[in-house]
Amino acid sequence: MYRYDEFDHDFVQARVAEFSDQVLRRLAGEITEDQFRPLRLMNGVYLQLHAYMLRIAVPYGTLNGKQLRMLGHIARKYDKGYGHFTTRQNIQFNWPALSDIPAILADLASVEMHAIQTSGNCIRNVTADHFAGAAADEVADPRPYAEILRQWSSVHPEFSFLPRKFKIAVTGAERDRAAIQTHDIGLHLKKNAAGELGFAVYIGGGQGRTPMVARKIRDFLPEVDLLSYCTAILRVYNLYGRRDNKYKARIKILVHETGVEEITRQVEAEWQELKDAELKLPDADIRAIQAYFAPPALTDRPDGDAAVKLARLDSKSFSDWLDQNVVTHRHPDYAAVTISLKGIGEVPGDASDSQMEAVADIAEKYAFDELRVSHEQNLILPHVARADLKAVYDALVDIGLATANSNLISDIIACPGLDYCALATARSIPIAQEISRRFASLERQREIGELKLKISGCINACGHHHVGHIGILGVEKKGSELYQVTLGGSADENTSVGEIIGRGFSSEEITDAIEQIVETYLGLRLNPQEKFIDAYRRVGPAPFKEALYAGEAKAA
Amino acid sequence: MKILTANRLSDGIAVWYADGGWAETVDHADLAHDKAAEDRLEAIGTKAYADNEVVDVNLIDADVVDGIVEPVRLREKIRAAGPTIRNDLGKQAARAA
Repeated sequence: MYRYDEFDHDFVQARVAEFSDQVLRRLAGEITEDQFRPLRLMNGVYLQLHAYMLRIAVPYGTLNGKQLRMLGHIARKYDKGYGHFTTRQNIQFNWPALSDIPAILADLASVEMHAIQTSGNCIRNVTADHFAGAAADEVADPRPYAEILRQWSSVHPEFSFLPRKFKIAVTGAERDRAAIQTHDIGLHLKKNAAGELGFAVYIGGGQGRTPMVARKIRDFLPEVDLLSYCTAILRVYNLYGRRDNKYKARIKILVHETGVEEITRQVEAEWQELKDAELKLPDADIRAIQAYFAPPALTDRPDGDAAVKLARLDSKSFSDWLDQNVVTHRHPDYAAVTISLKGIGEVPGDASDSQMEAVADIAEKYAFDELRVSHEQNLILPHVARADLKAVYDALVDIGLATANSNLISDIIACPGLDYCALATARSIPIAQEISRRFASLERQREIGELKLKISGCINACGHHHVGHIGILGVEKKGSELYQVTLGGSADENTSVGEIIGRGFSSEEITDAIEQIVETYLGLRLNPQEKFIDAYRRVGPAPFKEALYAGEAKAA
Repeated sequence: MKILTANRLSDGIAVWYADGGWAETVDHADLAHDKAAEDRLEAIGTKAYADNEVVDVNLIDADVVDGIVEPVRLREKIRAAGPTIRNDLGKQAARAA
């Protein structure tokens, strides 16, 4: 993984010193809240319902054991013993005192981490496929390009005060696990007919109150042109993006209002001015960054198959976990493991201090000291020898993180909602917990098959409800929480925005409604291989509406 | 009825104005029964904000139930108690201890 050079160290240390001074001046009353707010936001410090919240960047979701152990330490020393992994592959702490933030940032800097640009109208943490570098189906590791974008976008003087926040995601496989079409810029790393690396470029995706699927504006951009082309996009956005209305300020609105043909023309014209100048990436620089992401030395471990076969016979729960949470690696003797942070009835994405430390130990012992945070709020061990899978599983059982539900209905994305968030209008987490408990039976979950359920506690859609196969949006109506259901969304290579199915449900009704939807699907699917999303796309909303609301129509 | 709430500058903890100071629980928050009392509370909040004691100052609706002040909106009930999913966190944790 990437290691800070001298410049990076100096930059982060200087920022820690600068912000520490700003915090001290704020606490001493030398600067006002109006002056301080933009400064704290630039450093990831929000004010939520109960306390401050600190959002820490995990660049493209990549961590090592030392870093995760430090996050556990911060949780224990400065917070309340846990952290929350987010849909942007970051981590949030919900209770830090402002007066402790300088010490926290100094601790983070000691392990090459920070909270810079995790808020504000700037280019945020660049996200990537959580199986990057391990996936059997990827063309190349997308993370070196994410790192190049990180370096370019960090305190970029031209792009630090954009009309609104700006999110970039990169994937290196046809199967999109990074939800690139829901981002301001989505980059699909691919090879052209000549075998050269480059990107399909998408712009204008986003969720929030106006969900839009990104539009492809270029089928192949040579890798050397990555920064000049992104600069061209950002320049067009920075110049023409709306600043008169916060809710219409994202690039998706600009793309929609300008039209994709015209905005493509503008970007291409801007790019012509930039493409042969200093932003052209020198090949040596790309290779130098790629070298940081060189895969670990995966020695052959042909004993894995026999070991797994034997252990399967011995333990049904291990066998279930293998089937659900372990995926193929590009090296046949290895696998990538999803550590579910979605235990039945638990808070999606939360991990305790001791769990973080234990996972760090496991990563160091069995996974070449590599970890990922997925945008689905789980942790990933990208490289585990198949021969070590049982040992990893046993270690995860010991810390309560061996739930075999990856991609099943209880693997729910949920935002913090009204339990923590100052913007939320309804709670998300208790709904996720109740649905998780309702579908606790693994046998039943596996019978249902792949089903992405996503819950947001307000229209800002941090819980990605628009792109859930089943999406739930919590709103406040007449002083009560009301949950609106959307069906048919997805966030993969066939991204779609879900459709509102009908009137919303109270907190008491919503789990029954979800069960009704699931039962309807089970009743109409062509065969057990037809996934929920495929069945929905085949039949549309009518059977689900009928199941949910027919009784009401008759009663009326 | 209205009460005055904010978050303390130094640690961000939710506080309510009660008996001449900022209390960590809502239970005995000063109640404003009329516009004049609301204005008085608002002035106290404005001054405390200007004095850098608190941030995010708001007047919110409240009721009195069995002699204890309770916010009306769910959002404010959750601020006053803690996350509904973790009884070991927030004000409710201290109350249970």
